[in-house]
Amino acid sequence: MSTTLSPVAYDAKIEGNVIFTQVDTAINWMRSNSLWPMPMGLACCAIELMAASSARFDISRFGAEVMRFSPRQADVMIVAGTVTYKMALAVKRIWDQMPEPKWCIAMGACASSGGMYRSYAVLQGIDHLIPVDVYISGCPPRPEALLDGLMRLQKKIMGEHSLIDQKKELLESI
Amino acid sequence: MTSDEMSDKLRDAFPAAIIDQSRFRDESTLRIQASALRDVCLHARDTLGFNYLVDLSSVDHFGDEPRYEVVYELYSMKDCVHLRLKISVSEDDCTVATVSDIWPTADWHEREVYDMMGIQFSNHPDLRRILMWDGYPYHPLRKDFPLQGKQSDMPGVAFTEPAPLAGGPFVTVPTDGTTQVREPRARHAGDLVPPEKFLAEP
Repeated sequence: MSTTLSPVAYDAKIEGNVIFTQVDTAINWMRSNSLWPMPMGLACCAIELMAASSARFDISRFGAEVMRFSPRQADVMIVAGTVTYKMALAVKRIWDQMPEPKWCIAMGACASSGGMYRSYAVLQGIDHLIPVDVYISGCPPRPEALLDGLMRLQKKIMGEHSLIDQKKELLESI
Repeated sequence: MTSDEMSDKLRDAFPAAIIDQSRFRDESTLRIQASALRDVCLHARDTLGFNYLVDLSSVDHFGDEPRYEVVYELYSMKDCVHLRLKISVSEDDCTVATVSDIWPTADWHEREVYDMMGIQFSNHPDLRRILMWDGYPYHPLRKDFPLQGKQSDMPGVAFTEPAPLAGGPFVTVPTDGTTQVREPRARHAGDLVPPEKFLAEP
């Protein structure tokens, strides 16, 4: 199996209703367009997160409108807000409960780096505890910035080798 | 009735307990003996009608003795009068009698003072930390606690690490000087641009 990815090949004259593609591409396409977020709303960024899901910005255009308050049904954790040390291990625990594959968006200055809170009470970036895929700047970021971050995450997912890297046991059993 | 008259009444009722009586910008303050706190508070509530405790806070005069100060802001809903009580607390005997049975709102205020400043309140019904978690070893609002915090670890509960200050701390300097002198960013910018550009008009 080739490890280089190519976009979906489709020629209507030859193939009719049949599409030839790679399994990786198909899986990634499905994953990236149905990212169910775990809204980890901790501070004012959560307000912008809510705005992003409402009618004007409408995050459902990108398939990410299904905010799941159960981590077991979520694909991407959006850490929106200031992560205090008191909350930090709770965030980690919720992250650990999310099934693979999972991604993380650090939304805003606080979640990315502690922001303006250089203090005894605030974790200096959620990446001290969990791996972050996309950082969004802003204090808080506008909903457009969140949508941009989501699109970048979709692009990142489209470049993953989902079958080879993440389904090794399945491949061996075949 | 004005706050001055209330202050005088309280002083006349407890002449031995009052250390100092002051007035600043229409606000009356009584400094009282810590041992007489509960008697004064009960009298203020039951006889003078101070039925509302607006706030209870603490001050750290680091380097002085007595080191701490606990401040009670009283208010009478009936007379619309405000009165401030202050007591001094030494570092050696860091304990104050609770007023949470006199004004129930003092319960959480005293927990916050205990959490942030480490002052104990005797006979408090539930003296736990309220902002930090149980088991956090420090009292962060004390003056000798560094702004960036200290390391601590409670496995499975929480941990802390010192925050990077990158040449900080970026705190305002308490002075009457201009913004250039007071504000950290302006102080920093002073190295790069001519200072007179930022000086306020005389």
